[in-house]
Amino acid sequence: MKLPSQQYGEFYQRDRTIHPPAYAPAYKTSVLRSPQKSLISLQNSLSEVTGPVFGADELGPLDNDLIMNYAKTGLPVGERIVVHGHVLDENGHPVKNALVEVWQANAGGRYRHRNDTYIAPIDPNFGGCGRVLTDENGHYVYRTIKPGPYPWRNNVNDWRPAHVHYSISGSGWAQRLVTQMYFEGDPLIASCPILRTIPSEAAVRQLIAPLDRNAGIQLDSLAYRFDIVLRGSRATWFENAVQPDDPMQGE
Amino acid sequence: MTTMVNQLEYLKETASQTAGPYVHIGLAPKQAGFDIFENNFGSVLAGPRTKGERIRVEGRVFDGSGTPLRDVLIEIWQANAAGKYNHPADRQKKPIDKTFRGWGRGCSDFKTGIWAFDTIKPGSVMGRNNRPMAPHISFWIVARGINVGLSTRMYFSDEQVANGKDPVLNLIEWEVRRKTLIATREERKGQVVYRFDINIQGPDETVFFDI
Ligand SMILES: [Fe+2]
Repeated sequence: MKLPSQQYGEFYQRDRTIHPPAYAPAYKTSVLRSPQKSLISLQNSLSEVTGPVFGADELGPLDNDLIMNYAKTGLPVGERIVVHGHVLDENGHPVKNALVEVWQANAGGRYRHRNDTYIAPIDPNFGGCGRVLTDENGHYVYRTIKPGPYPWRNNVNDWRPAHVHYSISGSGWAQRLVTQMYFEGDPLIASCPILRTIPSEAAVRQLIAPLDRNAGIQLDSLAYRFDIVLRGSRATWFENAVQPDDPMQGE
Repeated sequence: MTTMVNQLEYLKETASQTAGPYVHIGLAPKQAGFDIFENNFGSVLAGPRTKGERIRVEGRVFDGSGTPLRDVLIEIWQANAAGKYNHPADRQKKPIDKTFRGWGRGCSDFKTGIWAFDTIKPGSVMGRNNRPMAPHISFWIVARGINVGLSTRMYFSDEQVANGKDPVLNLIEWEVRRKTLIATREERKGQVVYRFDINIQGPDETVFFDI
């Protein structure tokens, strides 16, 4: 039997013990925005195994350069950083051509968003979003300004640690993920109600990007490394057909 | 003490975190209030040459108090009019429509909470064990307060026979809950509109799937 290089099997059952519960009352907004009935578990069909495919020609040359992609009159204010890592699946295989989209506050903790009213100023040269497709090895990289922490209404003195929001779209619909990346050494991590919705310490640790001295640019930028794991899929050596005359593994 | 055994070397999936209130900056910057990318992803799925019946899908997402979420972001994924996904894992012997990726991203209006997609009605896709699935659109919903993106499916009110045999709808033990997944067909000024309201919580809670 010949195994094709790219496999599209059903995804492993999602391990819900590492994800936050829908209802996490310390994060108050979740109370009314959480389903109360059990999720109905589905075996994957083609609807879950497939997913949107994105092409490099859909992205612009500066889309992964948050330092330059909104620079109008000069450079944005703040610590220049490079962020990079691999998108892997649970089998440890690289996820190629995954769409990684990021967004963040500026160095002062202010978002460029019509609903953000925090007193820290907008940076005229910083948009705060970028996107990149992973390469053949599942690797991605972008550069940006290190975001600042900011206060938010939950308890009246809750602060978000510095973070970058991530959206990752892999090869299949069931892999779709949004998450947030935090920075090694941030003292606000320990008391963040959103980060603490995650029940597993190991899963929290996985969201904290270590400083990567080697990947920095000398006399220019520090670097952080953030690897992302999406759900893995099962090779279908002995599977009932997921589609008619052809199990997904093909010949 | 646990029995000594070699550990399997699977990695653990990265944990989900809420998309937060400012999700639009990254995924729909124009909605956040600025223009940055040359090419923006959006809620129009069908091009002028796409095959199939033109439809609009619209609705609102309600929280447990019955208030519409005005900061929700939704993505949809669907097959083309022939019932084929534009993806290499779909080996059904059906034609790809090159003008149709089958994916869209939309946001609710900040005032009304209404979101909408302009697309085509998908065909039926073969499900597991040779049981055809009724035409449907997969939904993925994120927002502030949603810790793990919610997955559901939308079916079509004018597909009663196919819906009655659909393997996924039939998995839902409580027949009364199946109707939460069925969008209502309306005609508005000559346009076909399917209305699909989603209730995150409460007596009419929408069925969400662990996919
Ligand atoms: Fe944030």
